[in-house]
Amino acid sequence: MAYLELNNVSKTFGTGDSTSHVLDKINLHIEEGEFVAIVGFTGSGKTTLVNLINGLDTPTSGEVLFKGKPVRDTSHERGVIFQNYSLLPWLTVYQNVEMAVKEAFPNETKAFRDARIKEYVDLVSLSPAINKRPKELSGGMRQRVSVARALSMDPEMILMDEPLGALDALTRGNLQDEILNIWNKNKRTALLITNDVDEGLYMADRIIPLRPGPNATLGPEFKIDIERPRDKAALNDSEEYKKTRNALIEYLMDIGSERASNTQNLYKLPDLQPKDLRWDF
Amino acid sequence: MKDAILRTLRFLGLGFLEPVVRLAAGEDSKKNTIEILKKIVAPIASILLFLGVWYTGSKSLFNTEANYTIEKARKEQGQVEADKVKACIESGDLSCQPNTLPSPSQVWASYKLLLKDHNTITADKKAFKLRTAALNEKRVAQGKEPIVYTGRPSFVDQIKTSIKTVFAGFLLALLIATPIGIIIGLSETLRTSFNWLIQILKPVSPVVWLLLVFMIVKTMTKDATGDTSFIISFISVGLCSMWATLVNTAMGVSSVDKDYINVAKVLKLGALQKIFKVILPASLPLIFTGLRITLSVAWMVLIAIELLAQSPGLGSFVWEEFQNGANDSNSKIIVAMFVIGFIGFLLDRIMLTIQKFISFDKNEGI
Repeated sequence: MAYLELNNVSKTFGTGDSTSHVLDKINLHIEEGEFVAIVGFTGSGKTTLVNLINGLDTPTSGEVLFKGKPVRDTSHERGVIFQNYSLLPWLTVYQNVEMAVKEAFPNETKAFRDARIKEYVDLVSLSPAINKRPKELSGGMRQRVSVARALSMDPEMILMDEPLGALDALTRGNLQDEILNIWNKNKRTALLITNDVDEGLYMADRIIPLRPGPNATLGPEFKIDIERPRDKAALNDSEEYKKTRNALIEYLMDIGSERASNTQNLYKLPDLQPKDLRWDF
Repeated sequence: MKDAILRTLRFLGLGFLEPVVRLAAGEDSKKNTIEILKKIVAPIASILLFLGVWYTGSKSLFNTEANYTIEKARKEQGQVEADKVKACIESGDLSCQPNTLPSPSQVWASYKLLLKDHNTITADKKAFKLRTAALNEKRVAQGKEPIVYTGRPSFVDQIKTSIKTVFAGFLLALLIATPIGIIIGLSETLRTSFNWLIQILKPVSPVVWLLLVFMIVKTMTKDATGDTSFIISFISVGLCSMWATLVNTAMGVSSVDKDYINVAKVLKLGALQKIFKVILPASLPLIFTGLRITLSVAWMVLIAIELLAQSPGLGSFVWEEFQNGANDSNSKIIVAMFVIGFIGFLLDRIMLTIQKFISFDKNEGI
């Protein structure tokens, strides 16, 4: 039995004519300690998928099993790093992390919590900014706070919903390394949702493409057998890397063109005439 | 030093003095002079223009009224009487001045008169206190009520009473509207079930609230000996003005950013934690906007309510002066008008400063 299991998970929103089928029969198995990436186009249902796994949402049909038990609610066992950081703007970096630590370790002493908060802020190298508020931080720094907040709860699994999507390439590279380092240290299970193929290839053990919705399903998985720690510069010369990358991109391009051809429907436009709004006397 | 002064000025809402400070500090003189012209000289010019229009207006109204009086005297009592009236008006004798819109100088004179009156009354009060001090001690020792000053309140006393009433009303509104707003905001069921009540009660006129409160308080204070007009007026003020806070709080609480709610869920905050640590801070800007509207509405309805409830304060001052019909009554009313406007402005400024201090920018976290 896998660590995280999604069996025939479907998710629809709305009812009747306005029903939108976002996810359709998703099957996903992640083993303990694995780093899995899911790549997909924007609007393909990635965030919905992550919300089903972290417990913010429940599937319409099928089941999400975490360590063999169905996911019904959010849990400290699964830490989430949101796409838009979601820091509380009226709290400092320290207080933002403190909020998580307080909830995860309600019975520990204040000194323990304080040490833990500082440890994790230091881990994402934000100690100099520990008393600043989110508005005083750059985008990359904010996302680091979000990483520290998620990790400080000591989750057994980290869910990342396009965590680096809004960052520039350089900051993105740095943060990728930081996340990998942290993941490496205590080998947590990790699920990364991303729209960047290279990011997935660099970070994950397996990449699974998400075929775009409506009725999004998972495509065939691509294993990445490149030894860790991976060197970004050397990666470009690795045969294995090139092969996987090409195969993956080809697959995504195919879906892309398929989707483009599918959407070339002729829409019947309503017969509308501009209304004369001048006053008629 | 300069930065500290600028920060203080901005904090106090006196940002328009900024170019003066900068100019004094020897910064870019051309730019700052233009700024001074724009921010200080132009408003002063507009005040002068206002006074000018007022002066000419009141002058022409005065003449119309005077001519009418003279013509009337001529028609009814003949030329001799008309000349007498004309001479009387021109001599500036108070007994025969036309009763119309007072000129700025008359208003200013009334203002000074009111201040003088206040000083007299204060001195009077002090003297009274001294005189009755020994007696009052005795009375208290005997278990009797001490004798208190029962003379006429001065204009400044009226202002103080009004401010006291408005704050009592505002506090009442705050204590009723914020908790109810939060509770209603949290539950959609409650929101929909009480919506009709709020929507119907919100537009009710202050006068009706006053009457309603009067009905209830009158019965409830049957045994009380003291003056109930203060209670009636501050409760009415509170009830009239609380709706803005109620609606804004409910809206603020119910429309907290979904991201923050998700954070609360993922961190598994308890219900109370979620409300106090996430929902309330997030809706504070809207709650404060509501409170600001509440305070200004409270001040606005206060005058009308005092006027009707005959409770002491600026409203009853205005009404009494109007009923009084004395020669300087009109200018006293105008003085009261300016004082009311100015205090309203100050109250709004205070709220704005507190709001700036407490709120955060909605997009800071993202």
